[in-house]
Amino acid sequence: MKKFKVEIMPRDEALDPQGRAVKGALERLGFKTSDCRVGKVVVIEANHSMKEKDIQDMAEKILANPLIETYKVTQL
Amino acid sequence: MKRPVGVLRFLGTNCDADILQAYEWLGCEAKYIWWADHFKIEDYCGFILPGGFSYGDYLRCGALAAHAPAMSDVRVAAEKGYPVLGICNGFQILCEAALLPGALTKNLSRQFQDQWVEVKSNLTGICKWDGKKNFKYKLPIAHSMGRFIAPGDVLKSLEDKNQIWLTYTKNPNGAMLDIAGICNVTGNVAALMPHPERAMKDWMGSSDGAHILGKLNS
Repeated sequence: MKKFKVEIMPRDEALDPQGRAVKGALERLGFKTSDCRVGKVVVIEANHSMKEKDIQDMAEKILANPLIETYKVTQL
Repeated sequence: MKRPVGVLRFLGTNCDADILQAYEWLGCEAKYIWWADHFKIEDYCGFILPGGFSYGDYLRCGALAAHAPAMSDVRVAAEKGYPVLGICNGFQILCEAALLPGALTKNLSRQFQDQWVEVKSNLTGICKWDGKKNFKYKLPIAHSMGRFIAPGDVLKSLEDKNQIWLTYTKNPNGAMLDIAGICNVTGNVAALMPHPERAMKDWMGSSDGAHILGKLNS
């Protein structure tokens, strides 16, 4: 079996209200940060014929919306 | 006999019954279409993608519904020129399906906004769902992901090709160019964030929504 990780991040701060909210909470706990972003991770398992290119296709087609998000595929 | 309106139902759609009620008032039959089924396009006069929270907004609003089996038939219907209307979550689904450009993102207020708004229809718009040109519709919104965004060249093209259908007179969510509703280049596929089905009778607060949904019956 092969395992891939797709990390999806919002493109900019305006599109990341979660990041802003978490940053606020961190500050209230006394953690000073200059930025905080919240994205998501999709972990995919498939048989050995699965190529990184196929995962890229998945990301382009449904996992990420390139208009508002960026993504990075890594084989685990 | 006139063909019925097809009302798409995904898991988590919740404005489907309201659409059926609206078309009953308009004297037009409407029938549900289940997300997992394929259907015969010719059996319907047009299609509505109602509001709600399809798939609990998992992954992104509308992303999973956009790839449901019934949507492949909606895509063919859209290409053949059938009228297709997305409302709220239906707007998000049509954008995710790339049947409309742009994306709907979190309101700038970061809050769920549930309020009456005024939206003005474009005098030179090509949208086939527009009941009244250059008209100020009073309609309710209820969304947290309603801020329309698109790259600059897409916005310019929407303007140049008269695809901007409705704009807020007082922008509630930070939408670019105050956009509340757009259509595709041929005008048959359109979507809006406000809910016309919740403004069908004066006692509901407004009956302006009937000018939009009634377009299928005219």
